[in-house]
Amino acid sequence: MADFTVLLPGVLQPLVGGQSYLTASADGVVTVGALLDSVTGDYPVLARRLRDETGALRRYVNIYVNGDEVRRLKGLGTEVAPGQEILIMQSVAGG
Amino acid sequence: MGFMATPESYVLAIGTKKGLWLATSPDRKDWSLSGPHFLMSEIPSIGIDTRDGKTRIMVGVRSEHWGPTVAHSDDLGASWTEPEHGAITFPEGTDAALERIWQIYPDAESRPGVVWAGCEPISVWKSTDGGEHFELNRGLWDHPHRSEWGAGYGGAAAHSIVVSPSGENVHIAMSTGGVYRSLDGGASWEPRNKGISAYFMPDPQPEFGQCVHKIAADAAVEGRLYAQNHHGVYRTDDNGENWDSIAEGLPADFGFVMLTHPRREGTAWVIPLKADGERIPPGGVLAVHRTDDAGSTWKELRTGLPEREYNAVLRDAAAVDTAEPVGVYFGTRGGAVYASADEGETFTEVAAHLPDVLCVRAAVVVGDRSGSAVDGAETRAAAPVAG
Repeated sequence: MADFTVLLPGVLQPLVGGQSYLTASADGVVTVGALLDSVTGDYPVLARRLRDETGALRRYVNIYVNGDEVRRLKGLGTEVAPGQEILIMQSVAGG
Repeated sequence: MGFMATPESYVLAIGTKKGLWLATSPDRKDWSLSGPHFLMSEIPSIGIDTRDGKTRIMVGVRSEHWGPTVAHSDDLGASWTEPEHGAITFPEGTDAALERIWQIYPDAESRPGVVWAGCEPISVWKSTDGGEHFELNRGLWDHPHRSEWGAGYGGAAAHSIVVSPSGENVHIAMSTGGVYRSLDGGASWEPRNKGISAYFMPDPQPEFGQCVHKIAADAAVEGRLYAQNHHGVYRTDDNGENWDSIAEGLPADFGFVMLTHPRREGTAWVIPLKADGERIPPGGVLAVHRTDDAGSTWKELRTGLPEREYNAVLRDAAAVDTAEPVGVYFGTRGGAVYASADEGETFTEVAAHLPDVLCVRAAVVVGDRSGSAVDGAETRAAAPVAG
């Protein structure tokens, strides 16, 4: 089993008791979607902030795997290997 | 900036593009304002439920980043609660996602706990637990007209819900789609738009497709409703079967607001805008217009309002309370909020320079208010909505 770490932006940390990251364990490579399922399992409000009811990533939520935004890869189907950094950030948007 | 609610308090909730402000007043003239709550999230819908001797404020919250949700407060905004799994979520199989909560409508006193919601995408929802969990109305969701409903400028939504005292007779309005009526408590729906113009369509009198901006019921006359349309102000006396123009006497027939008196027959308020293509008060003169005879005549009311105002008033940025005389409230897209304690005869400014006002709701505070305090700095949420 390998540990995966998902880093959260400060604005979402109150939803998980102030933690700055969440961890999950898996055997080998997992998809970003599966990883989100795992780390948000105990935090349904966090899950709804990131994805809508259809499972789609919200428009202004960005997830980076080793610095690459997953929409430029395979979206939530992007595979993550043990040791890679997963970072959630909100877009710079609005006025 | 906090306040303690007193037994005589009125509460005014102001939903804006960038958060919620709450105001209270002992007399509806001097207001104490607190906020923002939910900073950087828009608040397009508010419901204040004063049934059962308690005051619950429900808000539709929408963050551009983190999506929509419903939160409620039972202590006048001192704390907010959000159901963990969401109060309104589309069930599996619909392949739809909630975009925005446009309307939160507490039902009649005789049906405590029942709250309706109107949402985008076009949908109606019903809660029986005071707004904590809503069920999708399948009759409307599966309606064969759905594919032909369109989106107004602000989105495709069911924005008005009016339930008769019996509960059997429900009218909704959507942009665009028009008025739909249910005679079986919401199980099935039929369009009821005869007489309402859809001048922007090839057939200006279609069965449905109108852009009705707001509907409201006459509390004293069963089957009488009023509609502010996308150009056109109407009344029906036969439960929506036929709609007749009552726009004569108004400076313009465009606008978004339609309010009715909670008890008295024939009394309604509108806030006209010049036109579809010129969405400002006619001549830059902001005024509320009231009818006391079901639309036969209108009286301009602008005492206390600014000399010049070029901002629009949106469909839910106006409300009445249930006091005697009735209070009238509205806010502009320029962030000004006004209150009248005398049915619109005179207005006082509650707030200025807020973000765009999307929704206001007012109520006489009821219930145990011990310890209730409102202060933006103290606002906390069991599951906060980040913006």
